[in-house]
Amino acid sequence: MTDLSGLIQSDAAADRVVPPAGFTVQLTLFSAGAMAFLAVFALALSLAAGRLAVHWGTELARSSTLRISAHAEQMDTQVAAALRVLETTPGVESARALDTTEQQALLEPWFGPGLPIDMLPVPRLIEILETGAGYDAPGLRLRLQGEVPGAVLDDHTRYRRPLVSAAAHLRVLGWLSILLISGTLAAMVTLAANAALAANSQVIGVLRLVGATDAYIARAFVRRFTLRAITGAAVGMMLGLAGIWLLPEGDTANDLLTGFALTGWHWGLPVLIPPLAGATAFLATRAAAARVLRGLA
Amino acid sequence: MNPTRGCGTTNRANGVKGRQTVIELENVAYSYGGGELLSDLSIKLAPGSFHFLTGPSGAGKSTFLKLCYAALLPTAGQVRLFGADARTMDRTAVALLRQRVGVVHQDCQFLDHLPLIENVALPLTVAGRNVAHEEANLKDLLQWVGLTNRASALPPELSGGERQRAALARAVIMAPDVVLADEPTGNIDWEMSQRLLQLLIELNRMGKTIMVATHDLSLIRAAKTQVQARVLRIKNRRLQLAGADL
Repeated sequence: MTDLSGLIQSDAAADRVVPPAGFTVQLTLFSAGAMAFLAVFALALSLAAGRLAVHWGTELARSSTLRISAHAEQMDTQVAAALRVLETTPGVESARALDTTEQQALLEPWFGPGLPIDMLPVPRLIEILETGAGYDAPGLRLRLQGEVPGAVLDDHTRYRRPLVSAAAHLRVLGWLSILLISGTLAAMVTLAANAALAANSQVIGVLRLVGATDAYIARAFVRRFTLRAITGAAVGMMLGLAGIWLLPEGDTANDLLTGFALTGWHWGLPVLIPPLAGATAFLATRAAAARVLRGLA
Repeated sequence: MNPTRGCGTTNRANGVKGRQTVIELENVAYSYGGGELLSDLSIKLAPGSFHFLTGPSGAGKSTFLKLCYAALLPTAGQVRLFGADARTMDRTAVALLRQRVGVVHQDCQFLDHLPLIENVALPLTVAGRNVAHEEANLKDLLQWVGLTNRASALPPELSGGERQRAALARAVIMAPDVVLADEPTGNIDWEMSQRLLQLLIELNRMGKTIMVATHDLSLIRAAKTQVQARVLRIKNRRLQLAGADL
């Protein structure tokens, strides 16, 4: 607490006892800035992956697709029969057949626009939305087998699970990246602080000669490095936010690449990066100073 | 010599009795690099006493002074500073001790990026005192050492004599009980040496305990005409009271 209060209270005379110049200034500023810049992207990645995991885990889990393959002249009959079955199935909230335009949109990425879908033997798709309790998938399959022989029920489980798992892993990787970035920042600040303390051993000797306690000497260095780290991280954060802001807009809920952005209150989260960088620098410099001052005894 | 302002030296032959000592060494030895540099030193410095410490280069004068302000700890024996055993003092206690013992080094040891006035005020700064409130005292002190017009100069811009006087001003700004000076006239001319000596004598007359390590015998002779000073000599690793050869 004493260290923290000493850090917050400005003491112009005490700040001046450590020479201001040296490469450690640039090293600390650049490291903090670069790490904060990367942290913004890691944060955005983690949040985007989280949104995807939620979407795939909840929205897709509540929907299924019924694919009906039949001769053209029997298609409408089969679709109607399938819809009747679904209307009477407990756990099915709604079911509707996709129209021609929707099916064209689904195939457009592979066949391009203007596909004459009416002339092709393309199966019809029925979108099923479940209630919260869900339906009995094996039971529905048995009923469809009997009443709509060409129907295939796809409850999305097969591809939803790996997607949800991948999104969850991406989210964990995002947070892990932030931890690694913090560790790297701590290492860089420690190196810079060690270098600064070693370069200023003569200054430390003079300060000790005139009665400075180790706590006073450490505080002078800790304060300087912490403020540098906060300044560098603030600049890095602003640049990172600008980078995110300049990304093309996309579907933030469905697509990781085009949805790699911050939404709503998430824009406020990067503001935490500079204070966290400051806290990291504070702890790293304090430990380095204690170690070096012990060694210089 | 006035025994109430004197000191005791080796082998307890000249021990001070009945006086509170500021610095006391008892059977102190100091070894460095496998060899013994100082051996079996015993001395008591009384408040207000003036001492010269002499001896050839490498005899251990600086080491002796460092033992007196806990920059070094003895390898044998006991050093008591204001009654406290130096071995039992933690680093904070040593730092606080430095506010009671002003030290003037031969090389002065300044912070080259700070102007002279801030260097002189450094003990106040590190003690957490508001330097702005001490401005009048600072100016008086600079005037006393004759450096008023050099207050804003950086240490590298100062002459040897100016640096020594600035170091003395810094050493006394906290009103210490003891001033230790290590070869303070080593890099300055005779005239400046005399001026510095006068400042040390003035401090002694104010009641400060002074110890000056020097190999400059003419300085000692000049001082002895003005102040009751005891002259100690380090010879063959031991402390001796210097005789009439000085």
